[in-house]
Amino acid sequence: MIDATDRALIVATQGGLPLVPQPYHAIAEQLGLGVEEVMRRLRAMLEAGIIRRIGAVPNHYAIGWTANGMTVWNVDDDQVDTLGARVGGLDFVTHCYRRPRALPAWPYNLFAMVHGASREECTAKAAEIRDLLGAACRGHDILYSTKILKKSGLRIAS
Amino acid sequence: MPELSDIDRQILARLQGDFPICERPYAEAAALLGIDEADLLARLQTLLADKVLTRFGPMFQIEEMGGAFVLAAIAVPEARYEAVTALVNALPQVAHNYRREHELNMWFVLATETKAGIAEAIARIEHDTGLPVYAFPKEREFFVEMKLEARL
Repeated sequence: MIDATDRALIVATQGGLPLVPQPYHAIAEQLGLGVEEVMRRLRAMLEAGIIRRIGAVPNHYAIGWTANGMTVWNVDDDQVDTLGARVGGLDFVTHCYRRPRALPAWPYNLFAMVHGASREECTAKAAEIRDLLGAACRGHDILYSTKILKKSGLRIAS
Repeated sequence: MPELSDIDRQILARLQGDFPICERPYAEAAALLGIDEADLLARLQTLLADKVLTRFGPMFQIEEMGGAFVLAAIAVPEARYEAVTALVNALPQVAHNYRREHELNMWFVLATETKAGIAEAIARIEHDTGLPVYAFPKEREFFVEMKLEARL
């Protein structure tokens, strides 16, 4: 769990690190903390998984991944966990989750994101997933994103 | 689409994680790429300005601090799409939002500091837009690792 100081660090860094030679010093100064404490707390949050990673967050469209497909699958309940783990293990799948259906509008319970430079590339990847799921798959769809409406990431209030 | 240099590609290939926590982290990261600190800072500034990068810094996993992430969707009438986008995006709890081709044509991720915050955000969006929100909380995570290299 986090305390008020961790929270202040999150608020100070969630929009990005300062682009100055000593960014952790800049944050420390802003928050009235010592730089050693800032670094120690960031390391602890990284270790605890509160920070997933630190680095560049690309806009996938701008770096050539112009086709982004959310593949969705209606998989038999008794097999979805076993098969979901195998779909998640495919090297081209970037996110894979089991989620609830919303019947009748939404029959799909397994979601896997695939990316490509073209829709053909995404459909080829979806076909691989389809093969892997076999007879347990009762239906599927691919929802392509056509626009990023927002991508700010987490924003907790200061 | 902006042209990417070899250094930009290296940044994308090698700096999507493991940015150091130390006195001079940009200098350390730059050394890995064979450039100097000032070059790396300038490249990052340009990549952010050109919107090749949406951010440079820590990515937080809010569930590890007691909060929640939920994927949600709305079937938005085309005539209202822009207005509904503005209403949904106005909530700070909306971390990402994508237009997708489907009857459910708006898909967004809610990230809230408490688990109860999700229901509040959904109620607020339903109230503001007058449209039902479908929530798809994850029941199980099989894989998450979003690190794609440049392929231009």
